[in-house]
Amino acid sequence: MKLLTGNDLPSGDVIWWTGSGWSRHVEESVDVTDQGEAIARAEEGARHVNAAYVIDATATPEGPRPAHIKDRVRALGPTVRPDLTLKPADPAAGDWVI
Amino acid sequence: MADDEQPAVTLDAFLAGQSNATSVRIEAGDDARLLLPHLGQLALIEVSFPSFRDGRGYSAARVLREGGYRGELRAAGDVLVDQVPLMRRCGFDSFAPEAEIDAATLAASLARYEQVYQPAADGRVPVWKLRHG
Amino acid sequence: MYKYDNYDQAIVDARVEEFRDQVKRRLAGQITEDQFKPLRLMNGLYLQLHAYMLRVAVPYGTLDGRQMRMLGHIARKYDRGYGHFTTRQNIQYNWIKLDEAPDILADLASVEMHAIQTSGNCIRNISSDQYAGAAADEVADPRPWAELLRQWSTFHPEFSYLPRKFKIAVIAADEDRAAMRLHDIGIQLVTRDGKLGGKVFVGGGMGRTPMIAPEIKDFIGAEDLLSYVEACLRVYNRYGRRDNIYKARIKILVHQIGADEYRRQVEEEFALVKKLGIDPPLAELERITAMFAPPAFEAGAPQGVDRSDPDFAVWLDQNVKPHKQRGYAIVNISLKPVGGIPGDASADQIDLMADLAERYSFDELRVTHAQNIVLPHVRQADLHAVWQALNEAGLAEANLDLISDIIACPGLDYCSLANARSIPVAQKIATRFASPERQRDLGELKLKISGCINACGHHHAGHIGILGVDKKGTENYQLLLGGSGAEDVSLGKITGPGFDEDGIVDAIERVTDKYLATREQGERFLDTYRRVGFEPFKEAIYG
Repeated sequence: MKLLTGNDLPSGDVIWWTGSGWSRHVEESVDVTDQGEAIARAEEGARHVNAAYVIDATATPEGPRPAHIKDRVRALGPTVRPDLTLKPADPAAGDWVI
Repeated sequence: MADDEQPAVTLDAFLAGQSNATSVRIEAGDDARLLLPHLGQLALIEVSFPSFRDGRGYSAARVLREGGYRGELRAAGDVLVDQVPLMRRCGFDSFAPEAEIDAATLAASLARYEQVYQPAADGRVPVWKLRHG
Repeated sequence: MYKYDNYDQAIVDARVEEFRDQVKRRLAGQITEDQFKPLRLMNGLYLQLHAYMLRVAVPYGTLDGRQMRMLGHIARKYDRGYGHFTTRQNIQYNWIKLDEAPDILADLASVEMHAIQTSGNCIRNISSDQYAGAAADEVADPRPWAELLRQWSTFHPEFSYLPRKFKIAVIAADEDRAAMRLHDIGIQLVTRDGKLGGKVFVGGGMGRTPMIAPEIKDFIGAEDLLSYVEACLRVYNRYGRRDNIYKARIKILVHQIGADEYRRQVEEEFALVKKLGIDPPLAELERITAMFAPPAFEAGAPQGVDRSDPDFAVWLDQNVKPHKQRGYAIVNISLKPVGGIPGDASADQIDLMADLAERYSFDELRVTHAQNIVLPHVRQADLHAVWQALNEAGLAEANLDLISDIIACPGLDYCSLANARSIPVAQKIATRFASPERQRDLGELKLKISGCINACGHHHAGHIGILGVDKKGTENYQLLLGGSGAEDVSLGKITGPGFDEDGIVDAIERVTDKYLATREQGERFLDTYRRVGFEPFKEAIYG
């Protein structure tokens, strides 16, 4: 599947396209098929996102899992500071990235 | 900003012998020094900025001013408001940007720095000179 | 240290307002990201993996307690309670919001700090020797020259859109503690016939194509320095490649046309530029130099330290270096606790170091390119008290220049350019070699890790270097041996096929075992490697 991701312009937060808007949680992202570029341009123009790009991902029971480790790090947070990630209380979160 | 006038000839054409031309256009990779023997007959030199990231034109401008050029020195192409103050410091006195520049933003940018650290082609007095006279 | 006058302050204040305006225009959509990016980079603001990252300048690595405390304040107020000290003596914050960046710059400006030109294709922070003003071997304090260059390079109108970034280092001793030969321009202050001048090297660098800078000028006087570097930069700005970002540094130009031709072009330009009046009068350098006068050392400060506390003695022997002033010492604070994140410091630790500087080091600290901190002027009589305070704060790891004193870039945990994570590798190596006795037995062993080819971890200059790469979508680590960023500068050699994260730690252990089995009396790892060569180590690694 294809996900559309980018950063929130004023805060820099990593965000994911949900089909109707942007979420900080990759679990809420949707398959953009071949519409990613078009959505990106429109959403960047409206300043809902900054530096958007399309990535590959696989569908899993826990939700979409980005194919490349870099985007999994973006999705969760730094593997070396679990306390600073989106799931500080989840001991398995780091394994999901790696 | 620039008015309309005769199109500038390329550097190659100028050097090849269009000796009645009074305006020349130099590309980013051209050697501005080649114009130094001919400055007296030039009223306009246009320096191309193909991308605002390509900073060669800043050196070309200073070389020309340092060589004694007193005519109109124009920055043309991908010229954005945030680069104009630096271009002015390097000796550019006219601008032909591809995209329109907001006049109010430009005026604010040009007025923003009262002090400069280094001398350039604009005659502004560097801070060290103010410190020591 | 340098203190701003009204002019310096006005310039930094204007820069804050300029950036505030640029951010406002970006948030309002009046400029695109493509147009805004070079502007924010010239204020040290990156868009990174998790958020914006701000790199604050610490000019030639020198700051006082008030400034250090401001760095702690920024970590608390605007970030997530910590900062990361870098291989160019700066500090980075990883969780910055764009709409707060102008306020951060305003806070910095209130203590004579900024983030000017810490990124972008312009002249970056001028780096220097972290022992400047304290080391006995320097011919003069190099920092006044660095300050002169800092002002000359700030908002230089001709050199703000160079082909690529430009890094300058200034040292003043034969021992190179700043990796000077691996900079775009490196300057070593020397004396000739009683006059102070600079020996100039141009064309060093790391990255994809590491190179050692050749000497371009054997002696330049202070009165010609700025004209000369202006000429160096102008030749680069005009002729550096702009078609390929991996071929755009000045080292490529110098290598391509040759040092002799580059020198000739610079001399030609210098002859013209010298007439322009770019060089300030010597009074300006004298004005700056006066601010770097030695602090009011206590004459006859007592020599000698009570070593009866064994933990203190270990730290004393490893982290404390001799000072040129009798009765004083140079304290190195390691930011590499075994198992910790190299170069990171919490806001509380930053505040503590500020306190210690004010109390025990004439209110001065240094950031080193090895991502550690220095208190440059500590009385020997105060060393035990300093150590106790550091120990309580987790800042007393006694591992300076040992294998666990690892230089590591932030890597894929933080950086969007990275191919692999570097911090977990550093942690695993440090943990494997955690034993202090084992580390001291191995001795000086400078291990450096980069998470990508951009080499921010200086892996080419590591006695042991590690480069993280992307091997078909998985993280892989190449091993290099024999690099050095000191005056015996050399570039590390890749050993062979790469390893996974656990494999690289095992490989390093095979290397160190081989060293221990092969070394002769007094040899560091690097010495043994240079004596016996690459092959025995390659054999040990791969069998």
